[in-house]
Amino acid sequence: MAKIGVFICHCGENISATVDCAKVAEVVGKYDGVAISLDYKYMCSDPGQNLIKKAIVEKGLTGVVVASCSPRMHEPTFRKACAEAGLNPYMCEMANLREHCSWVHEKGEATTQKAIDLVRTIVEKVKHNQSLDAIKVPVTKTALVIGGGIAGIQASLDIANSGHKVILIEKDPSIGGHMSQLSETFPTLDCSQCILTPRMVEVAQHPNITLYTYAELESIDGFIGNFKVKIRKKAKSIDEKICTGCGLCTTKCPNKKNPSEFNEGLGNRTAIYVPFPQAVPNKPVIDKALCTYYTKGKCKICEKFCPAHAIRFDQEDEIIEVPVGAIVLATGFAVKKTDFFPEYGYGRHPDIITGLQFERLASASGPTLGEIRRPSDGKIPETIVFVACAGSRDEAKGIPYCSKICCMYTAKHAMLYQHKVHGGKSYVFYMDIRAGGKMYDEFVRRAIEEDGVNYIRGRVSRVYEKNGKLIVKGADTLLGAMPVEIEADMVVLATAGVANEGAEELAQKLHVSYDPYHFFAEAHPKLKPVETNTAGIFLAGACQAPRDIPESVAMASGAAAKVAGLFSQDELTREPLIAVVNRQAPPVFSSCVGCFLCMSACPYHAIEKEEIKNRQGEVLKTVAKVNPGLCQGCGTCVAFCRTKSIDIQGYTHEEVYSEVMALLND
Amino acid sequence: MTLGFYPGCSLKGSSREYAESVLAVVKAFNIQIQEIDDWNCCGATAAHSLNKELSLALPARVLSLAEKQGLKEIVVPCAACYARLSMTQHELLKNPELKTRIAEINNLEYNGTVSILNVIQMLDRYVTPNLESRVVKPFGHKVACYYGCYLVRPHEILNFDRVEEPLSMDTLMAKTGATPIDWAFKTECCGASLSISRTSSVGRLSGKIVGDASDRGAEAIIVACPMCQSNLDMRRKEINSYLGKRIDIPVLYITQAIGLAIGLDRKALGLQRHFVKVKV
Amino acid sequence: MAEFEPKIVAFVCNWCTYAGADLTGTSRIKYASNVRIVRFPCTGRIDYMLLLKAFDEGADGIIVSGCHPNDCHYTSGNFHARRRWMAFRSLCDFIGIDTRRIKFSWVSAAEGAKWADIVNTTVASVRELGPYDEYKKVAKKPVKEESHG
Repeated sequence: MAKIGVFICHCGENISATVDCAKVAEVVGKYDGVAISLDYKYMCSDPGQNLIKKAIVEKGLTGVVVASCSPRMHEPTFRKACAEAGLNPYMCEMANLREHCSWVHEKGEATTQKAIDLVRTIVEKVKHNQSLDAIKVPVTKTALVIGGGIAGIQASLDIANSGHKVILIEKDPSIGGHMSQLSETFPTLDCSQCILTPRMVEVAQHPNITLYTYAELESIDGFIGNFKVKIRKKAKSIDEKICTGCGLCTTKCPNKKNPSEFNEGLGNRTAIYVPFPQAVPNKPVIDKALCTYYTKGKCKICEKFCPAHAIRFDQEDEIIEVPVGAIVLATGFAVKKTDFFPEYGYGRHPDIITGLQFERLASASGPTLGEIRRPSDGKIPETIVFVACAGSRDEAKGIPYCSKICCMYTAKHAMLYQHKVHGGKSYVFYMDIRAGGKMYDEFVRRAIEEDGVNYIRGRVSRVYEKNGKLIVKGADTLLGAMPVEIEADMVVLATAGVANEGAEELAQKLHVSYDPYHFFAEAHPKLKPVETNTAGIFLAGACQAPRDIPESVAMASGAAAKVAGLFSQDELTREPLIAVVNRQAPPVFSSCVGCFLCMSACPYHAIEKEEIKNRQGEVLKTVAKVNPGLCQGCGTCVAFCRTKSIDIQGYTHEEVYSEVMALLND
Repeated sequence: MTLGFYPGCSLKGSSREYAESVLAVVKAFNIQIQEIDDWNCCGATAAHSLNKELSLALPARVLSLAEKQGLKEIVVPCAACYARLSMTQHELLKNPELKTRIAEINNLEYNGTVSILNVIQMLDRYVTPNLESRVVKPFGHKVACYYGCYLVRPHEILNFDRVEEPLSMDTLMAKTGATPIDWAFKTECCGASLSISRTSSVGRLSGKIVGDASDRGAEAIIVACPMCQSNLDMRRKEINSYLGKRIDIPVLYITQAIGLAIGLDRKALGLQRHFVKVKV
Repeated sequence: MAEFEPKIVAFVCNWCTYAGADLTGTSRIKYASNVRIVRFPCTGRIDYMLLLKAFDEGADGIIVSGCHPNDCHYTSGNFHARRRWMAFRSLCDFIGIDTRRIKFSWVSAAEGAKWADIVNTTVASVRELGPYDEYKKVAKKPVKEESHG
């Protein structure tokens, strides 16, 4: 027999001004199973809570209904109070008499009647409530960071410095990402390599960080605190333990004419290569797709010259499995190129380049050693045109969003050009200048006012070659859309920042949502910017949206703080308001017919298949099973289930039906 | 199936050779074609700058007549007519009230069941599959395929080819044995409607087009729009005076070029009607 | 004779509409007291048999409300609810349940005024339709005297 305690709060006068609280207490007190019903001025106050605790102990209450404000406000308060008095906290429920009744209706009988109805409903619910225990999930205190750009580096270092193990995987032969390709960085113009490389070295030397370069995520299993990931370590064809990184192999390799990815195709590399001199780890890999031995079956010159005998042509990809408790996705972004802007002539003329290519030209370690020279003939361009928004904010190109970083780097490029080519003329075609950020607008003003960059507000319609010059046709919208034609020697397109190729595939592998442009989706655009909708997987940097360096770093530190918070406890405690399959019956009698509609409904991939076997080990049936680590308790599966075999704790069929049945029966 | 044919005013007047060549090619490939009875002007370009309802009612009447005639597909060789008809179809299908209103004005039912093809789409569908095997005299010249403004814009409605750098004509011409050149003025305006009111502007606008084609070694300009053709061809005097030199590149309709490649009679293709002598 | 006061049951999600109704309260916006709210974690949890149950129990009108599309706390529960509603509505039409008595809507946590408005308009429209006697007769619920007046 239920013994429910009902506690009606006046909330000062907030409730009692329109609801006759004493009458509510009196009427409800007469219901079946209500052992005590009283009203009090402030239930949430200490004396109020003590009233509840005392009643639980003295009357041996099996359930508590607090009729006061919204449960969104004080449910945790009262549940805690009940727990302190020895009652299972999930046996305490609230009736919302304030927000849903006293504040929204006039004083009168109807309002008091509504209050009675609301309390009665919750009393009926509590009668069917069940004691629930918080869910405990063990935590593996190792984090996996995917992507070794600045975001991945920062996240790894922050997690490692908080005392936890980190596995950092990077698909390229070196960490560093796009930032290592940059010349100088806005708005301070400090050298990118100078600030980045110390961090790269720190990653390599940190005792808590295991670095796997040339490695990719193969598969993932499990849930928050308990992921199992398989990592594919691609064959580097060298024995890293023996290789001293002397680099002799790269000078001897006869296969030299391969476009360098690091130099964005503006320079060449050998088939056995280190992507750039400051690479971490500074050991070469053999590009199997290019190496003459792998493609034609003979050469092996590197092997002959290697003083350490570290070349291993027979090396194969290795797959390792590691348990991790949290994952930080920091896979970065790509810039759009190829045939995307036929009207801008990219790919048709060597002197029409992307912003990232310009970075390599301007970089002291780049193919021109930092001199701005045209890729076609090595001449210094006297006139250069920068086209901002090349693809961004252009519905017709399928990229309606702003790529965010281009305004700033274009200003930087124009500035660097003016600094390096005295007397040169630079033009920037722009739609708007979006320079929100600390010292950002000042930076752009400096480019315009001090360095004399010509900013033209308008879009470029076409770039084509005529008599050895690149004709840039555009409009100046500040001069009434007057047509402008500039004869340039070089054109730099600030191509849109886009999601990495394969981002969609990776997201699906990890069950992380992604937006229409294949950037990974955060769990909440404002309040959960580094979380994903899969618990235990976090985001850092430009894989979520185009981001500049400070933002990527801040986001990475944020993600690292989340991981450190997760790792600060040995077990995760979660609210038990999750779905369960047939709690009462043993699985073999489960009414679950194994249709797995629930599986297709679940946004969290929390439903698994469970095989019910007899003692001979034969599979009798396959039923659904909820993974308590993944279930977030939305209950979508419950409404889907045809046989009512799945239910959600806290909102069970019994509970909600009894609520509905009590609502209208006075 | 019978293909409907909406010639529009130009093809009955200044651009007769376009109609002649379209019909000649169509006939050569055994395509059944039927002109829409009692058709009217599509309203380009005056109507849509003056009166919205009129600009919709005129093309809608043509489409209604085509429906009434039981046509499912019509070819509209003139790029301006093609754009007007397509725009009308788009506007009326998304706005049922407007559709009713226009049907009232025309006193003709309109359902939007006719699909509208431009000349390239028509060729692609009915001619391209057999084109290469029919070529008897490859069109072995460097050609500049000129699309103009109307054929590809607005992309959202026409959804035909790439808007800034279309390729469909180039692909088609390559099949006749021609070598399409890469040039910069494929979709620049020729000055179309200014042809009479401001001929000097046409000289400048069309001059750039002809000039670039010539600079890049084109031996013929291939078009699919009567306005483009007449401006580039008929206004050659103004063009030459803008460029300060004489340029003799002929301007052919794509159907004329195809006709030549499959060995049709030059006269049947109307080549003698051009101002710039067609020597290719 | 007193005006007919319809009984309205509202099935709402915890994150948007319940919070929106809380905001109506904190904003002190008054609305008709005919509505009784039942809280769910998500509209995706709402089994539409509950709606029939509510009619069974004597409801004259029903409101189902959750987060706006794309705002679901659980990513996609509201889409499931919407799709299920499309199917359920056809079923209602087929078996003769008056779908005008069911209001399906989105109310976000910031739309306190919208919640009041939805309750008021639903109460008004159901009042216009009168008590749901047809259903009550089938469900063998007492048909009140006043509703015949």
